[in-house]
Amino acid sequence: MSLGLTKSQMAAIYDHGERAYPHECCGLLLGRFEPEDRKTLVETWAVENNWEGSGEFGLDDGQTSQRRFMISPDDYRQGERHARSKGLEIIGTYHSHPDHPAIPSEFDRNNAWPVYSYMIVSVEQGKAKVLTSWTLDDDRQFQNEAFFQAKEV
Amino acid sequence: MTVKVLIPGPLRRYTANLESLELEGSSISEILADLTGRYGDLKKHLYNEDGKLRNFVNVYVNDEDIRDLNQQETSVQASDVISIVPSIAGGSSCA
Ligand SMILES: [Zn+2]
Repeated sequence: MSLGLTKSQMAAIYDHGERAYPHECCGLLLGRFEPEDRKTLVETWAVENNWEGSGEFGLDDGQTSQRRFMISPDDYRQGERHARSKGLEIIGTYHSHPDHPAIPSEFDRNNAWPVYSYMIVSVEQGKAKVLTSWTLDDDRQFQNEAFFQAKEV
Repeated sequence: MTVKVLIPGPLRRYTANLESLELEGSSISEILADLTGRYGDLKKHLYNEDGKLRNFVNVYVNDEDIRDLNQQETSVQASDVISIVPSIAGGSSCA
């Protein structure tokens, strides 16, 4: 799998991570599935981190929004409606790791959906550092997903 | 009895790209069993190692979360529409 995105889309993810610091930010990646397991990102869709409401959905594990995020089913559906109105699909999600490397945690893996890209940006002392992307394989293990810079449209 | 079930985007790869299916059953557990019986590769994404429905998998009967009904024993009627809707969660360090 590989993911194409533009420099300004990357900047939007960095910015969101820095704005949310020291909490985790989160959002949906809207775009298109292309042939040969490629994806194209068209729009980043920022979502408010709803971790405080995670108990209602059985996800709360006692951590705070500095270490966790949740996109609720309602927020997911809202993002999906917006995507569809533009002829796009949800192709993945992004979140930040405040003062933590951009490597998926066991909690990320246990909660991951297949097919989707999971982009992670590390934010150190309020400054966005490293952006990575991952997808689940058939054994539900995360594999690094290559991403490449697409031309601005 | 068959009931209409809406499949979320990330699982359609496992259902021949179908967005909705007519599945057999009179309760959510029977319907999900029919789903994973037809599309076996879905099972590990819907259920954890202990055979429990994963927390980030939300099942609605029309607009009601089955957590507010009778969980997987919630009974359904032919006129109901079942939706499987993702929550997306994650984080950084382990607890
Ligand atoms: Zn994470």
